[in-house]
Amino acid sequence: MPNDVLLQAENLQTHFELRKFGFVRAGEVRAVDGVTFHIRRGEAVAIVGESGCGKSTLARTVLGLYEPTAGSVLFDGVDMSSYDRRKLAWHRRQVGYVQQDPYAALPPFMDVRQLLREPLLVNGVRDRAEQEQRIRSRLEEIRLTPAASFLEKFPHQLSGGQQQRVVIARARILDPQLIVADEPVSMLDASVRVEVLQLLRQLQRKHRMALLYITHDLSTVRYFCERIFIMYGAKIVERGPVEAILARPEHPYTQALVDAIPDPDAANAGQYRKVPAGEPPSLLHPPEGCRFHPRCSFAIQGLCERHDPPDFETGAGRRAACWLYREAAVEHNLQR
Amino acid sequence: MRTEKLVLHFKAREGIVRAVDGVDLTVEPRRSVAVLGESGCGKSSLTKAILRLLPPNVARYGGKVLLDSDDLMRLDEETFRTQVRWQRIALVPQAAMNSLNPVTRVIEQIAEPLLEHRRATTHAEAAEQAREAFDIVHVPPDFLRRYPFELSGGMRQRVVIAMALITEPELIILDEPTSALDILTQANIMNALKGIKARVATRFMLITHDVAAASEIADSVAVMYAGQIVEQSDAAQFFAEALHPYSAFLMSSVPTLRGAKELHAIPGQPPSLLAPPQGCRFAPRCPERFDRCAHEPPPFRTACGRVAKCWLYESQRQTAHDCSAGE
Repeated sequence: MPNDVLLQAENLQTHFELRKFGFVRAGEVRAVDGVTFHIRRGEAVAIVGESGCGKSTLARTVLGLYEPTAGSVLFDGVDMSSYDRRKLAWHRRQVGYVQQDPYAALPPFMDVRQLLREPLLVNGVRDRAEQEQRIRSRLEEIRLTPAASFLEKFPHQLSGGQQQRVVIARARILDPQLIVADEPVSMLDASVRVEVLQLLRQLQRKHRMALLYITHDLSTVRYFCERIFIMYGAKIVERGPVEAILARPEHPYTQALVDAIPDPDAANAGQYRKVPAGEPPSLLHPPEGCRFHPRCSFAIQGLCERHDPPDFETGAGRRAACWLYREAAVEHNLQR
Repeated sequence: MRTEKLVLHFKAREGIVRAVDGVDLTVEPRRSVAVLGESGCGKSSLTKAILRLLPPNVARYGGKVLLDSDDLMRLDEETFRTQVRWQRIALVPQAAMNSLNPVTRVIEQIAEPLLEHRRATTHAEAAEQAREAFDIVHVPPDFLRRYPFELSGGMRQRVVIAMALITEPELIILDEPTSALDILTQANIMNALKGIKARVATRFMLITHDVAAASEIADSVAVMYAGQIVEQSDAAQFFAEALHPYSAFLMSSVPTLRGAKELHAIPGQPPSLLAPPQGCRFAPRCPERFDRCAHEPPPFRTACGRVAKCWLYESQRQTAHDCSAGE
């Protein structure tokens, strides 16, 4: 375990109880079901998965918005479950949140100055001059310049890209150590998307912030993350350095994802894409064994449908939760 | 199909919105076209203009829509409804999987256009054709008797595509057919569309903001900017090298999974359709602008049959351009 770890999640589980008529217990949605990972200081990591895989629940658990059902999250060495109110307030100063839909994230009746002042007021920055100075410096940072001309604008007077930049400025205003960005660009047009991604990357590097980037879009990840976690059915199925995983995906699910994503190329029109049959598992009744086995063309009979695969080490900094790699893992350990 | 100087303006409180402002677009026989554009460029309004699905606040509607040399603009509303819409041009609207009626079985919804347009006289005949359409989009026939909520998003999307197919239209307009779907489902839908292209004599017009998705089924690419088509090119040539500076920017802003590529954002903001810039509409953001750009460029046709609405290509009309890509 590297010693510069900022956030450490250990066997994290976040389940939601389903109730009928408001009180009859009808089951449990296991949105995050045994996830272990860490983020180093100043590191940009991505969690990639399709809708319903539990990636947003994971993000919200890290933010302290959901209480985990089991397992632990250590932030800066302190267990989040031990937080009292003051410590939770401290946690929220340390972790900024960038939501998916900027228009929904910004109250329509507040202008940019009010929007950016709110977190300062809540967190005890009372000095007017300091507030103003911080607000302006954040606006310059996100390149809404001249800052003075944007201070009095309301969200509806800004374009989608500008709105999202204000959301980023708001997340940055208390100098957090970590920013959690949940699909920050999926609502934006291609040309604006690049701008916002580059801005996030720049801020992350300049201020040595850690970044947890939640997305379904594998192709944006390589432009600004170092490591990647692939999530499927509430679990992390593969992890490792971005370039290595994209070049040589190991888990059959990751392989399917990479195969399914087209790059702009006229040659695409001539060929069909390989797509695994079936649908992602229900998190209410996940399948026994490996959660991908009903769709997997490499499934090993008698093994994959019975036993949940552990993480196998498959290479430098790489791990895959797939029985195909049990021997590769032994080999890798021998080599070391 | 071809449109000539197609215009659709809307009345708004702030003035006239020039959503479709002189669009020349060609869909050649047996070839599918992708209309690429960012939000607010008027691409969805273009569908409305072609299918004559007009909201009440239309300020101006004009130009030509030609389908096999029939001028559709001359038809009266009733003829257009009974003979063109769904008979010759079908639409798969945006977020189509949510457009199914939740309380009727899928088969009845698919059969409806057949009975409505008298392509089938009995329910049994309609059901048979529905089964065939299901086969083309790869949905198992036992799903026919189900209700929409019993199908996944991808399945419902395919049902709507089957509905558009069933009257064997000459043109199917797909408005963002994959934008709300998951990656694997998107790939599935694209596979289904490719299958249709191979098996059925229909053409697609794909309206999208997703450049990579466009490359999956387009034979030809049209780029829309501020209510106008700024480039139309053969797909192989387009993806090798875009002509119009806006298209080139658009291509360079798309993140890719393979190959190293530096991303570039497009400087500035798209213009308001209330008061688009005089002259070339991209000029205020264009790094290559020069004096001529103060005047609106006509569409120039290059030697390889590509069309660019940009003064840079004025002189290239005659000179032989490199048409090698994809040929």
